Amino acid sequence: MRSGRSPAFYWLAALFAAFVLFLYGPMITIVILSFQGPEGGLTFPMNGVSLHWFSKLWQGLGVVDIWAAFGRSLRLGAVVMVLTVVLWLADGLAYRKRFPGSDLLFYVVVASLIVPSIVVSLGIGLEFRLFDDTVKSLADSLGWSWLADTYTTAMGLYTSALAAHLTWTLPFGLLIMFAIFNRFDRRYEEAARDLGATPWKSFAHVVLPIIGPSVIGIGLFGFTLSWDEAARSSQAIGDLNTLPLELQGLTTTVTNPAIYALGTVTTGVSFVVIFASLGLIQFLRRRQARHGSDAGQGLT
Amino acid sequence: MTEPSRLSQQEIPAPLQAAPFALIFLLFFLIPLGLTLMVSFWDYNEYQILPAFTVRSYVEIFSGCLAKLPDLCVTFKTYLSTLKFCVIVWLATLIIGFFVAYFLAFHVRSLTMQITLFLVCTIPFWTSNIIRTISWIPLLGRNGLLNAALLKLGIIHAPIEWLIFSNFSVILSLVQLYTLFMIVPVFNSMMRIDRSLLEAAYDAGASGWQTLWNVIIPLSKPGLVIGSIFVVTIVMGDFVTVGVMGGQQIASIGKVINTQMNALQFPPAAANSVVLLIAVLLIISAMTRLVDIRREL
Repeated sequence: MRSGRSPAFYWLAALFAAFVLFLYGPMITIVILSFQGPEGGLTFPMNGVSLHWFSKLWQGLGVVDIWAAFGRSLRLGAVVMVLTVVLWLADGLAYRKRFPGSDLLFYVVVASLIVPSIVVSLGIGLEFRLFDDTVKSLADSLGWSWLADTYTTAMGLYTSALAAHLTWTLPFGLLIMFAIFNRFDRRYEEAARDLGATPWKSFAHVVLPIIGPSVIGIGLFGFTLSWDEAARSSQAIGDLNTLPLELQGLTTTVTNPAIYALGTVTTGVSFVVIFASLGLIQFLRRRQARHGSDAGQGLT
Repeated sequence: MTEPSRLSQQEIPAPLQAAPFALIFLLFFLIPLGLTLMVSFWDYNEYQILPAFTVRSYVEIFSGCLAKLPDLCVTFKTYLSTLKFCVIVWLATLIIGFFVAYFLAFHVRSLTMQITLFLVCTIPFWTSNIIRTISWIPLLGRNGLLNAALLKLGIIHAPIEWLIFSNFSVILSLVQLYTLFMIVPVFNSMMRIDRSLLEAAYDAGASGWQTLWNVIIPLSKPGLVIGSIFVVTIVMGDFVTVGVMGGQQIASIGKVINTQMNALQFPPAAANSVVLLIAVLLIISAMTRLVDIRREL
């Protein structure tokens, strides 16, 4: 039965190839078009090949300070990544032991993934606005003019926007965690305990090395989800936009290939992060195998 | 080691480990939802929201909806339009996602190849949705690649206008963006199917289609349901893709909420969110009757 390829294989392979083309085709198109010559427009044909639009992009796009937004998104992505990994690890360890309310927490987290992003965004936006109003009226009524005069808003990149991003990255982390720990062989830990390792030691020397590649995967997820996030932060961002939010505005105002150049650059950042993470995962796997440890066997 | 020795001797209790995680979702998910519900019953004027109980926002959403029947009011029309996108995108992602996952799980034989091809499907998901959306413009635009090619071949004599900034382009883009949400859970379900069941079906004389229909599809059901929930809820709340690919001309609930928020009309935006949430929850509860999500991970 398993020898030789059935005709179905070739049909499905063709479908798969078409699907991959469907996924990547448009992306490749704009990468090519971003190298459009100075006289070229938003569509084919290519009017020469140049870096003209990248240099235009480098100078900034009109009123929007695109590079400031770029930097903000990078920093926010890094913070989200670190927090996602740390919170996820702590929560993952908790879930292996069962605790009161664990089911409830699970359903709340999954719910946050499937409640439409615009609703979550609105909720967080409202929360911060109401908080601002409360602080202002409180400062007024207490006569704290130093607060009433200086306070504007608690909304910002590392408050409301960070919160919005975490409600998006953490649920993905939780789902991946269940997949990982359901396949985790607990005998390694028991062996460590029998040999006298403290819980902290067995975590640092046994559990972490085994799940290391997955931890990097979660970090990757955290960064890239945050880097591209627009819907959840749209109403919870305050004055300074992240790159995807600026980009959303630029789609209607910029009518030259500079926007493709920007697309090429952000996609480039995503790809660098993805391949660096995949490379690191490979490296860790290899190192596990090379050191003759049987730790990696828990995953296969 | 800087770790205090007491800490290293004793395991941290589970509830304490989960507390920061739980706190985030309490502060930035549950409380915001509660506030949204509260504000949806508040009054407002041009300048501010007024904390006084009223059902004004809800009345405004549904005003004239019953009186005008059988003609549809704006709200019903918007929901109908969003639901239409939902159904079409759901069917397309279901079919494409199923066969892609089926190919990966049952027809690709080496694990390395499986992982590689799976990553090929996943990588675009990690890049910007907005960029992926506008990438269609040079292909489908009025002077785009497709129109140019068709004109040159003499198949058409004037550019096709409905390729971009239309229902078609919205659907195309949504399918491209979200088929992955179907592939991953279905692939996960399929990888858990005991391969000996397929041998048994074969030995019992089942044809390829019979095996697919009677063995693989029923056993993939959990993945199909989870994928469907993702796709349906994302499309229901979408406003970015509908906005960009619809040329800002097509209505969706998400866009209505977004516009109201930008106009600082918080109570109606909140009321619309509550209605949207109820609609989404109704759809999901119908779907989850079919499967226990947690057992499937």
